[in-house]
Amino acid sequence: MTIPALTLDGLTVRIPTASGTVHAASEVDLTLRAGQVHALVGESGCGKSVVGAAICGLLPTAATVSGGIALHRPGSADVHLEAARPRTWRKIRGRRIAWIPQSAATYLTPVRTVGEQLAETCRHLDSPHTPAVLLTRVGLEPTVAGLYPHELSGGMAQRAAIAFALAGDPQVIVADEPTSNLDPELTDHTLRLLRAAADAGAAVLLISHDLDTLPAHTDRVAVMYASRIVETGPTADVFADPWHPYTRDLLAALPSGGLHPIPGMPPVLTDLPGDCVYHQRRPAPGFSGGPTHIAQHGDRSVRRLIGAAS
Amino acid sequence: MSLHAHHITAGHHPGTPVLTDVTLTIPAGSIVGLTGPSGSGKTTLARVLTGLHTPQQGDVTLDDELLFTAAPGAVAMLFQSPRQAVTGRWTLGRIIAEPLHGRRGRADTVRAAAARVGLTGDLLARRPHQVSDGQLQRACLARALVQRPRYLICDEMTSMLDPATTAALTTVITEETRSGLGVLAISHHHGLLEVWADHVIAWA
Repeated sequence: MTIPALTLDGLTVRIPTASGTVHAASEVDLTLRAGQVHALVGESGCGKSVVGAAICGLLPTAATVSGGIALHRPGSADVHLEAARPRTWRKIRGRRIAWIPQSAATYLTPVRTVGEQLAETCRHLDSPHTPAVLLTRVGLEPTVAGLYPHELSGGMAQRAAIAFALAGDPQVIVADEPTSNLDPELTDHTLRLLRAAADAGAAVLLISHDLDTLPAHTDRVAVMYASRIVETGPTADVFADPWHPYTRDLLAALPSGGLHPIPGMPPVLTDLPGDCVYHQRRPAPGFSGGPTHIAQHGDRSVRRLIGAAS
Repeated sequence: MSLHAHHITAGHHPGTPVLTDVTLTIPAGSIVGLTGPSGSGKTTLARVLTGLHTPQQGDVTLDDELLFTAAPGAVAMLFQSPRQAVTGRWTLGRIIAEPLHGRRGRADTVRAAAARVGLTGDLLARRPHQVSDGQLQRACLARALVQRPRYLICDEMTSMLDPATTAALTTVITEETRSGLGVLAISHHHGLLEVWADHVIAWA
């Protein structure tokens, strides 16, 4: 299945703050396809979560959005989300696009049981599923329904969050670092659940720092640096043979790559110049330090200087 | 020269200890990795080694003297969540300076420690909610280093960090071991410990 479920076309998000305009996402092109798990990686503060929030309509109200976010369904007209009003979002959120947060337990009301809250969600979304079925689907015992959020372990809370996301049979699922507090076994389990959701037809966007786990669990990866995407492609290919110097540096920073630190720090996103700034971190001839564009080669793409020999 | 946990039994309720008769040695100048499933008592051991939790039995010695008679700051700790380990109303500069009290040359020491962990000067004036987890964990490492600890206990220090920050912080800590710092690195991440630690203890 390679039907596009959601397309970002030059998505640019600017957030005004007291200390200047935050360039949270710049000209992001990304297609999420039904049946695939897409990873979005990059250092903290590069804008990954903002892309996820834009897809779910959860940006701060002051944010300005340009470019397009289009949600597709075969046989019906595209929904354009970049300027959607709350009325539209109410029909989209939970039903066609779902969100899995990082620390799941903090998103639940502490004074009501998981089962009550899940039942409420199912009722509001007119879900075809019952809470018991959803809990079973994510590998939780039916008795978990009677527990309060503080009685859940981190792994149980994360699975519960996936159950909430699956309630509305969404086309698109955005998971923002769902595994960052989990041990390897629970991480594996969580990623399998996301894969199962993709196998059932959803397009999944997985925002993650756990790069080691990605080749086994995701189909495609997009690498982001300072609000821009610098490389995309099939995860296994990109990890085996990274094209962009930043992707190479990020993989070399992994334990499996030798724990080599990248010199300097990522830039703050406030008032960035209008193009890729990786050359400020370390020289990247041919890739950064002038006007850049995304060069497409088959199913891979890389951001390089305009006019650089490929 | 070592930080030594000697036959430690510890827990939160008498009769159901989390740790039973655990002995562990962290030699000066080396990194000992510790891994094990959730709930196996790794964090409790970290707290015992830093004097934050009193064991029911056993004792901790630091270079052959009892831990509680050692100079304050001889053992430092880095926590999993930097946000829960700092005062939210303080600037990063003040957070890093906290262990120095009124010592002379404080501003220079803070600036040097910040530079050591890769924090630029403009970040020192910010408060925790204005920086990322990675930047805040860098500040926590700087705070640990200004007290010139002889031993450093890292409890899942990198689990909330991106790979680039993980590589940067582990590299700084490895460099500190060359001047004698002994480190206990607790992590779920086997791959990280295999590369970073001098030897790894795996609890079943």
